[in-house]
Amino acid sequence: MQGGGENATTIDERHSSRVTVEVNGASREVTLDNRTTLLDALREHLDLTGAKKGCDHGQCGSCTVLLDGRRVKSCLVFAVTVDGRSVVTVEGLAGPDELSPLQAAFIAHDAFQCGYCTPGQLCSARGMLDEVSRGWPSAVTGDLNTPAKLTDAEIRERMAGNLCRCAAYPHIVAAVRQTAASS
Amino acid sequence: MKAFRYHRPADVAEAVAVLAAEPQAAYLGGGTNLVDLMKLGVQRPDVLVDVTRLPLDTVEELPDGGLRIGATVRNSDLAAHPVVRRDYPVLARALLAAASGQLRNMATTGGNLLQRTRCVYFQDTSKACNKREPGSGCAALHGQNRDLAVLDWSEQCVATHPSDLAVALAALDTVVEVHDADGPRDVRIADLYRSPGTHPERETTLARGALITAVRLPPLPAARRSTYLKVRDRASFAFAAGSVAAVLNLDGDVVRDVRLAYGAVAHRPWRAYRAEEELRGRPFSPELAARAADAELAEARPLRHNGFKVPLTRAITVRALTELASS
Repeated sequence: MQGGGENATTIDERHSSRVTVEVNGASREVTLDNRTTLLDALREHLDLTGAKKGCDHGQCGSCTVLLDGRRVKSCLVFAVTVDGRSVVTVEGLAGPDELSPLQAAFIAHDAFQCGYCTPGQLCSARGMLDEVSRGWPSAVTGDLNTPAKLTDAEIRERMAGNLCRCAAYPHIVAAVRQTAASS
Repeated sequence: MKAFRYHRPADVAEAVAVLAAEPQAAYLGGGTNLVDLMKLGVQRPDVLVDVTRLPLDTVEELPDGGLRIGATVRNSDLAAHPVVRRDYPVLARALLAAASGQLRNMATTGGNLLQRTRCVYFQDTSKACNKREPGSGCAALHGQNRDLAVLDWSEQCVATHPSDLAVALAALDTVVEVHDADGPRDVRIADLYRSPGTHPERETTLARGALITAVRLPPLPAARRSTYLKVRDRASFAFAAGSVAAVLNLDGDVVRDVRLAYGAVAHRPWRAYRAEEELRGRPFSPELAARAADAELAEARPLRHNGFKVPLTRAITVRALTELASS
């Protein structure tokens, strides 16, 4: 992290916190420097390396996880703030030897190339489909007062917070479209 | 990043008291801006007071027909609220045009209003910036200033306010409910933001440590015919190159009431009173809308790289009002 030579090598009590958080259904407890983001807590302290660090500034979406069921960018969340809350990462979208329908659709549609953005794409799409089922509008929704139909334009707008440097976008849209249609 | 203590207050009074006792404390809302600025070393609080669990997360319909929105209501929840969608589409549209799905799930109403400029020089601690470090100069004035102000800037600062929400709230004559060391009080949104002048480090009129607890929309039936038009460098997930919040109420073809506010042109959300004056009482036409925008933008002083903002703002004024007039 930037900010110049202030990163303490030892955790002192005033600047750290005991954090209890449910991650993928299991309660986890860890003492963290308050500066630790949720992303770093998952990757460096809880051995869940699915969520990726891309930009670390909330712009690329590769760190997307579900917090209390909603998609968020875990690089902009201090872990101390999620005490008592529930987090689902890409590892929790299905059992260890299973694929969720969304994950299966990503494979069927070849919706990734290098795969670095994929965990974030998957968690974002999962959260986005829940938003659609709640009737939330988007910037491209014509009539704000009727539930939007999930057109390709809607999928693209709603997934705008996730970048794919390999530009697998058409296949990602296809995978999300199929998942929405079959659920 | 500087080490910080973390505090989760039990109520608003405690939050305000901590800020009063700790000169380097800051409130933490959704964190979408503050956490980033802490990573960049632009903001260096030594205590974070997390206000997101205070009971300020409800949207309440008021007896007078208005709407009271708690400060910690998330941008996504507010945009999806059925009353906002029906009665204040300009507000729903402004929220939906901002950021990304993930960030809207995080960002709070109060935090959105108090977010900092995205001027790249403000965000870069190796550059001179009077807003970040008073007296250090303004690297943007003769630098890459394409994204910066055309109205009301000063030699000390040419930053713009980045919020879309604030532009819609400015058009709606919103009242901001604030709690500071002297207790609760109301601030009209027109009085909330400051021009940069010689003190660009002061962005609002609020006392240090004041906490926004809610915003109150007055009843405005005309706002059912309203919209927010935002132009960006790409189709989505970008700050505005220009934006307009518009409310239009016609009596036949005569403009009975109109509210206009601009984003991306000034240090504050820019309420276009002069344009409104030109429009009110006259038969609506796209030409009238253009003349009204010209009246508002007559005092624009574009910088080296952002002259496009003047015709752009004029064009979106015409488009937004013409669409509303024909809807």
